[in-house]
Amino acid sequence: MLEPFLMRALLAGIGVAIITGAIGCFVVWRRMAYFSDSLAHSTLLGVVLGLALGMNTNLTTMVISFMFAILLLILQQKKLLTTDTLLGILAHAALSIGIVLISLLNQTLDLHAYLFGDILTVTTTELWWIYLGGISVILLLIFNWSSLVLMTLNEDLARAEGVPVLLTHLLLLLIMSIVVAVSIRIVGILLITSMLIIPAASARQLAGSPEAMALIASLLGVLAVILGIYGSFQMDIPSGPSIVVAAVLLFVLLLPLSVLYKKITSYYFQK
Amino acid sequence: MNSLLQATQLNVVRQGKQILQNIDITIGINDFITIIGPNGAGKSMLLKCLMGFYKPDSGKIKRQKNLKIGYVPQRLVSDNTIPINVERFLKIRNAVSLTTLQQITQETKIDNLLTKPLASLSGGEMQRVLLTRALLNNPNLLILDEPAQNLDISGQIYFYKLLDRIYQERKLSILMVSHDLHMVMASSQQVICLFHHICCSGEPQIITQDPEFISLFGNDMAHMMALYQHSHNHQHRRSENA
Repeated sequence: MLEPFLMRALLAGIGVAIITGAIGCFVVWRRMAYFSDSLAHSTLLGVVLGLALGMNTNLTTMVISFMFAILLLILQQKKLLTTDTLLGILAHAALSIGIVLISLLNQTLDLHAYLFGDILTVTTTELWWIYLGGISVILLLIFNWSSLVLMTLNEDLARAEGVPVLLTHLLLLLIMSIVVAVSIRIVGILLITSMLIIPAASARQLAGSPEAMALIASLLGVLAVILGIYGSFQMDIPSGPSIVVAAVLLFVLLLPLSVLYKKITSYYFQK
Repeated sequence: MNSLLQATQLNVVRQGKQILQNIDITIGINDFITIIGPNGAGKSMLLKCLMGFYKPDSGKIKRQKNLKIGYVPQRLVSDNTIPINVERFLKIRNAVSLTTLQQITQETKIDNLLTKPLASLSGGEMQRVLLTRALLNNPNLLILDEPAQNLDISGQIYFYKLLDRIYQERKLSILMVSHDLHMVMASSQQVICLFHHICCSGEPQIITQDPEFISLFGNDMAHMMALYQHSHNHQHRRSENA
């Protein structure tokens, strides 16, 4: 039987991997890698505010991330600066303000755990946050899947066919805020983007439809979590980076395999 | 109400600039209207106002109750990051039966492309797929925004011929923005020349003699258009014989 802390770590990691895998596909399709990275940076401010106000940090992190996303959306509309410049300013502002606040408020915070994740100390309450957040994210994704995919392919087409584009866009930002907020404890601020992107990128090679890509990305994420936690436990290495290394290894292994697979199928189709 | 859509005195101002000024436009049943005009003349904005994407700053848009719009965007950029084939794309948010799908894809000549990834299509194939999607809910008005802009000449001819046939067979109405003036001459019943306001409008033959048209597009263009009219008459007579 697994030790309780290891059991909690596995459950937390699997929950996070399922949602980051699925939502990671949208990050890849819509080129939001830098955006998700910036969102992760903003979570530190949420954590600090939660500690300072004596509120649940998961909740404050979600709220701050979502506000961050909406602020970005508004600034984007103004077209004063390009999106990547805006993201750079906002992300590092949020991160630095967070760190400044920590020392001003004399808070004690294990910064390392937030930057790189600390899955082995996950509590039962945090597990609840991950699974409740995860289930709401999955439900929102399922019910809005077609609108999200169509909007990703062509915004005007979606609008012409009656998709409320602005609302759907906000929904995507809300989903990403939830995902990032519940995930930072697992892989950390600096590595969350990798859990969004690497499984999705690996899945792209294997999938023939958007739905299949989301499912495969979730499965690969779960596999990476299991391998990563096992490696972290066996070799006594930090868990967050260990999970990411496992995800990268899967990507590297799958790439030549999928190229080979495609060659074989195209060979048979030509015949 | 005899017309499908009627807009009166539309005005759109964006960042202090008048994009559309006092636009009156009526789309009747089985009309084929083409909007031409220089870049930045407000053509796309007009289409988007008529479809209800944006609210005009003033003016009225009346839509017939059973108006169903099919929209063909300028282009759909599908890179390889999203794995999706033609059939899946057509079925997103559309509950179509297999027979309907087969029927319409044969009509638009993409029935052999259904299993192909969207990213592997040529420009002409992609536009036909978009046209197919627009036809799926059986619209009575097709709105197209420079649908052949990214195609080569033969691709353009193929696309406009297809569009003309769909127009003849389905008896729907078409509102199109197009720079392909020679093609416009062949199929359109009415040409609207737009430069923030409607400079002139009418049958293609009449438009080319309008001083406003000549001042906007130059004498050469007017001559060129007049040249293409000939082939228009020719084609028209042929389709009557058939």
